[in-house]
Amino acid sequence: MSTQIEEQRETEEEVETEPETESPGERRRAVKRERAAQREQEVETALDEAEETVELKVFRYDPEVADKEEPRFDSFTVPYHKGMTVLDALIYARDVYDSSLTFRHSCRQAVCGSDALFVNGRQRLGCKTQMGDLEWPVRIEPLPHQDVVKDLVVDMEHFYEQMHAVEPYFDPDETPDGELEEQRQTPENREKIKLSTRCIWCGACMSSCNIAAGDNKYLGPAAINKAYRFAMDEREGESRKEERLRIVEQEHGVWRCQTQFSCTEVCPKDIPLTEHIQELKREAIKSNLKFW
Amino acid sequence: MSQSYDRGTVESFGRWREFSAGMWAWILHKFTGWILVGYLFTHIAVLSTSTQGAETYTATLQGLEALLIVRFLEIGLLAVAVFHILNGIRLLFVDLGLGLTAQDKSFYASLLLTAAITVASIPTFLGGAL
Ligand code: HEM
Ligand code: SF4
Ligand code: FES
Repeated sequence: MSTQIEEQRETEEEVETEPETESPGERRRAVKRERAAQREQEVETALDEAEETVELKVFRYDPEVADKEEPRFDSFTVPYHKGMTVLDALIYARDVYDSSLTFRHSCRQAVCGSDALFVNGRQRLGCKTQMGDLEWPVRIEPLPHQDVVKDLVVDMEHFYEQMHAVEPYFDPDETPDGELEEQRQTPENREKIKLSTRCIWCGACMSSCNIAAGDNKYLGPAAINKAYRFAMDEREGESRKEERLRIVEQEHGVWRCQTQFSCTEVCPKDIPLTEHIQELKREAIKSNLKFW
Repeated sequence: MSQSYDRGTVESFGRWREFSAGMWAWILHKFTGWILVGYLFTHIAVLSTSTQGAETYTATLQGLEALLIVRFLEIGLLAVAVFHILNGIRLLFVDLGLGLTAQDKSFYASLLLTAAITVASIPTFLGGAL
């Protein structure tokens, strides 16, 4: 990836030594200047050489920096190559143009869930979205309906709180006698909960949900899906399942869902969220309606 | 969550452009449901003129039907009712967990069927008025 090559070049530069007569501060500034000039040159060549360049419009905001207190959009032109993801483009912009450009990322392979962004008006994972599939210029914003901490970084605390509210851990009624004995699950039951286990806690679904936007207490699709993952796990047992259903059927639980399907559409792991929420609604009713 | 500043189109209703099928279905279902409730009151008002005697009732209805705007409103009412019923059936299936992967297609189908039925009803509603 282009960004990695960029980094290597940088370290090579740093090894170069400067004349000894200058003070360390001066030396550092000289190196910086030289590096900046060199980089500008490199960027120009890169942009010239690239067959295609793409423009990013990136949301900028930082309450702690005077000239970024007012939210605005910055444009970055980056050389496009086939296979480039939104995250690649952002990394290029940060490494080459503005090291203060802030966004979360880690795995680059849709596993860690750090880089859910609002790209061209839709919640997407930066690392799983091809620049080639988007309309250009590409507009990149932080997830809507969450407080922005800085640039593309949003406060996920509330999302995590909702996730924890459904007690997202395996908690069976009975444990096997032997301490190290396995608790086996039937293949059918595993199939049933398979998709629900794939959540990477990215928060895209919650951000896309109109109901969650209007009702801050709503558990949200990801948390309900997490509840589904355990409530439907037969190994936990009936009594634990009942407890789990009591959690999701509360006022700000499953019944807030108005089946708009926006979460299902944006989930990068293709979890059928609405389907799971609907099934929990039916399970909750079934467990409450007893005619005998 | 409260924002410390205005995020403009990101947060505002400008987002309607990014609405997907399921969201439109939801908005339209609310909208048509409340129109139907509104009509219910109008309906009761018109019907209650019959308590004043048969002539008043006939005169009221004939007077209303003579107005072209009423004919058009009736077409609109039919469209609203048909959409609400079709999408209502779609929602019942969604609640039963049936055909969830086709939820967008069934919404478009509701729209198309509503349009077809509405168009087909035009001769009946405008008959004799034009
Ligand atoms: C066959 C006829 C009808 C069907 C199948 C039907 C179906 C439905 C369904 C399934 C919902 C719930 C939507 C949801 O899940 O949120 C609903 C909501 C509603 N319906 Fe109907 N409906 C019918 C007729 C009517 C009529 C005649 C009226 C008005 C008098 C009406 C007014 C409403 C209203 C006000 C709502 C609630 C909208 C809201 O949530 O704000 N519906 N309808
Ligand atoms: S359910 Fe999907 S969209 Fe929601 S947090 Fe998990 S992976 Fe992200
Ligand atoms: S960087 Fe880990 S999910 Fe995108």
